[in-house]
Amino acid sequence: MSDTYDILIIGAGPGGYVTAIRAAQLGYKTAVVDREHLGGICLNWGCIPTKALLRSAEIYHYMQHASDYGLSAKEVSFDTAAIVKRSRGVSGRLNGGVGMLLKKNKVDVIWGEAAVDSVAKGNQPGQVTVKESKRAEPPKGAKGAGTYQAKHIIVATGARPRAIPGIEPDKKQIWTYYEAMVPETMPKSLLVMGSGAIGIEFASFYRTMGAEVTVVELLPQILPVEDGEIAGIARKRFEKQGIKILTGAKVTKVEKGADSVTATIEGGDGKTQQITAEKLISAVGVVGNIENIGLEKLGVKIDRGIVVTDGLGRTNVPGLYAIGDVAGPPMLAHKAEHEGVICVETIKGLDTHPMDKAKIPGCTYCQPQIASVGLTEAKAKELGFAVKVGRFPFAGNGKAIALGEPDGLVKTVFDAKTGQLLGAHMVGAEVTELIQGYVVAMNLESTEEELMHTVFPHPTLSEMMHESVLDAYGKVIHT
Amino acid sequence: MPINVLMPALSPTMEKGNLAKWLKKEGDAVKSGDVLAEIETDKATMEVEAIDEGVLAKIVVPEGTADVPVNDLIAVIAAEGEDPSSVQAAGGGGKAAPEAKAEAKSEPTSAAAPAPADQNTTPGGGHMSYERVNEAPEGAQPGGTAPQQQAGAGGRVFASPLARRIAKQEGVDLAAVEGSGPHGRIIARDVQAAKASGGTKAPAPQAAAEAPKAAAPAPKAAPAGGAPAGLTLDQVRGFYAKDSYEEVPLDGMRKTIAKRLTEAMQVAPHFYLTVDCELDALMKLRETLNASAGKDKDGKPAFKLSVNDFVIKAMGLALTRVPAANAVWAEDRVLRFKQAEVGVAVAIDGGLFTPVIRRADEKTLSTISKEMKDFAARARAKKLKPEEYQGGVTSVSNLGMFGIKHFTAVINPPQSSILAVGAGEKRVVVKDGAPAVVQVMTCTLSCDHRVLDGALGAELIAAFKGLIENPMGMLV
Repeated sequence: MSDTYDILIIGAGPGGYVTAIRAAQLGYKTAVVDREHLGGICLNWGCIPTKALLRSAEIYHYMQHASDYGLSAKEVSFDTAAIVKRSRGVSGRLNGGVGMLLKKNKVDVIWGEAAVDSVAKGNQPGQVTVKESKRAEPPKGAKGAGTYQAKHIIVATGARPRAIPGIEPDKKQIWTYYEAMVPETMPKSLLVMGSGAIGIEFASFYRTMGAEVTVVELLPQILPVEDGEIAGIARKRFEKQGIKILTGAKVTKVEKGADSVTATIEGGDGKTQQITAEKLISAVGVVGNIENIGLEKLGVKIDRGIVVTDGLGRTNVPGLYAIGDVAGPPMLAHKAEHEGVICVETIKGLDTHPMDKAKIPGCTYCQPQIASVGLTEAKAKELGFAVKVGRFPFAGNGKAIALGEPDGLVKTVFDAKTGQLLGAHMVGAEVTELIQGYVVAMNLESTEEELMHTVFPHPTLSEMMHESVLDAYGKVIHT
Repeated sequence: MPINVLMPALSPTMEKGNLAKWLKKEGDAVKSGDVLAEIETDKATMEVEAIDEGVLAKIVVPEGTADVPVNDLIAVIAAEGEDPSSVQAAGGGGKAAPEAKAEAKSEPTSAAAPAPADQNTTPGGGHMSYERVNEAPEGAQPGGTAPQQQAGAGGRVFASPLARRIAKQEGVDLAAVEGSGPHGRIIARDVQAAKASGGTKAPAPQAAAEAPKAAAPAPKAAPAGGAPAGLTLDQVRGFYAKDSYEEVPLDGMRKTIAKRLTEAMQVAPHFYLTVDCELDALMKLRETLNASAGKDKDGKPAFKLSVNDFVIKAMGLALTRVPAANAVWAEDRVLRFKQAEVGVAVAIDGGLFTPVIRRADEKTLSTISKEMKDFAARARAKKLKPEEYQGGVTSVSNLGMFGIKHFTAVINPPQSSILAVGAGEKRVVVKDGAPAVVQVMTCTLSCDHRVLDGALGAELIAAFKGLIENPMGMLV
């Protein structure tokens, strides 16, 4: 008889490990199973290592423009291997940190591929079988393959890149984010399929490093979830940097050459063109990892590849829960973490509410950065809100000018009737660090009045957040 | 800046008063200390004095107006150099005050809660008016402190800015909304839910804030406008030196006792009937019965009846003998019972429980005795199930063991009566024209007049007394 856990979590990504720590804090005997890496895609192949790459690109960019700041940097160059090494080092360090956090909270780590055999019934706990994983060496102190009992089983298996038939990634010419994260050499030319956060971040990185980059987006707008005005500004900046952007366009065929790919692209206007590039990055979204973990057999309700939950993590099968990417969009690490906390607090019987998905911020770390929360102007109007929209350009902000970052916009969308902040959308330097101010305001249910009465420090970029609110109500000062 | 004169609070609990008389006319010059007007409440009359100099520019509330909410704008004084004819209410408070007044009209008791913070002070930060208390039973407040203290008779309502705004726009009374945000804070979705469920009007905000979903049948029977919720925390603190007390948070039991019994006293019209019951026959019977108890396998008596067991049984039988009294009030009707359910107050650390003996009329004394021992033990361990202390038509509260001779008890809703049982003691009484020493127990029945009239209550307690004094009747 193996150990019986109160809570067993399948997947040690940002959702899974945070859930495990919160469960342990609540006094539950907790285990987390993973087959490959603590911290999941986010920490090892996603959010974190890309930020490390983009930081290298950013500094490279500054060095190329050193003279703008009265500095000189001669013979600026880069070492691809060193950039990648740094990025992997960042992931490795954080990966070890997750292991320490789990240990500190007395969460057992079980290494292998897990499948749910049964869920708890009456006094009988559920059972999970863990098979040995060949993907990676187990971390120190991890338990191995076997059967494990748990009263509550939480599925947090995350997602993987979506593959389009005929354009399946081959790790050579057709990349996913895995390969794009660890280039051996910088490609001279690159075709990026998909202009969501992943596609745009890689486009931005490789363009800065000197590649000829073309982005192909099926929808009429790049960064399709973002506000149209913001995406439009970003697009102009990207094009100015030399990124070629095709929207309303579809890759219909890909032919692989010896050292290149040639894509046939049908534009929205019916024209067809062929583009040849050294590499193609497929970044057309992710799909939930719902297979081979026993869900079908248990009769877990799944809708279009997503485990259906009640907003508190509970599936239709008592004793089985799902959080994070497998439980549906937005497929973001911070959404998964929060969902996991709600899930275990619900199990504990604490007073919980489903997460308000309208208040989950999103950040894209391209150059310029993009950050947003809540409804876009178009979506707000579509939902029937009479809106008041505020805009404030970076060009009107002293700190932005001093930084040499005069391009960008802070946009706010208010419900004209109640003064509720419905959405905030930003493009420009450091906006990913700014958005949280609006997120807090939204969660406190501030109206325009509280935001107007808030003192923003001078000189900071955050003053633009104030001015944007003032602008929505005709009180802007600096434009 | 024009100076607003607001309806002052005579006492921390005052919510409104009558504007009895204006002692200055519009256009009169006023200086600090001048009496502007007289205000009446049901308790006292007071004078409103000016604390600023100027000209009484406008009388907003005419004399003879009844029930002016505290903090409503009643007049405006033009400061020196200002044209009295052009003076409007002062900024800040000026705009808010008339609004508050408008709200106050539609929802009489809500105005005090959300608005007054801004209105208590002039733009300069001083108090606009203060009162001289001619007669203040609750103790006079030093001038100027009272208006601050009475902010929100219902206590502060915690609500998000957006929730407040939507509530205002939709006419939802926040005091009647239950918050689901952090620490019970009212957030937008709560207001929207309240609006959707038609909760736009609450007859009694204070009571509603305490128990918006209380299952109690009482609220509709409550007097219009609700009953006062008592002093606020700040008001009570204000009466004592800061370091003279420690603050003890309420547990659920204390909250429930406070809520239910306050409600009982406010909603159920109590009257009290006291009788002396002679116990000699009962004590003798008890002794005989206890002596006759068989032994169990441990050699202990199978039962040991207490006087209280007899009291429970007697109440049960009395209820079935006076069937009209075996009933409770239920909003627009009376529920009458066939069997007698008798609750018994069990004191425990930090509160009490009243487990209910079902079919007390039918059960034998030894059964009742056994059930009570079990209830008492589990009550002390807080292991009673809700269904074991819910219901009941009457209750028995016995403080005899503390030497209490006579007391009255508060009815435990939804029951219709409660019997307060004093100590059995030897007293000299007149018997057949001569003094005699007998053992006597004084019992007082609190009755809910909605269900029991005096004569019916008397019939019930007489039946009880008859059984106690002739206890053989309980054995058959």
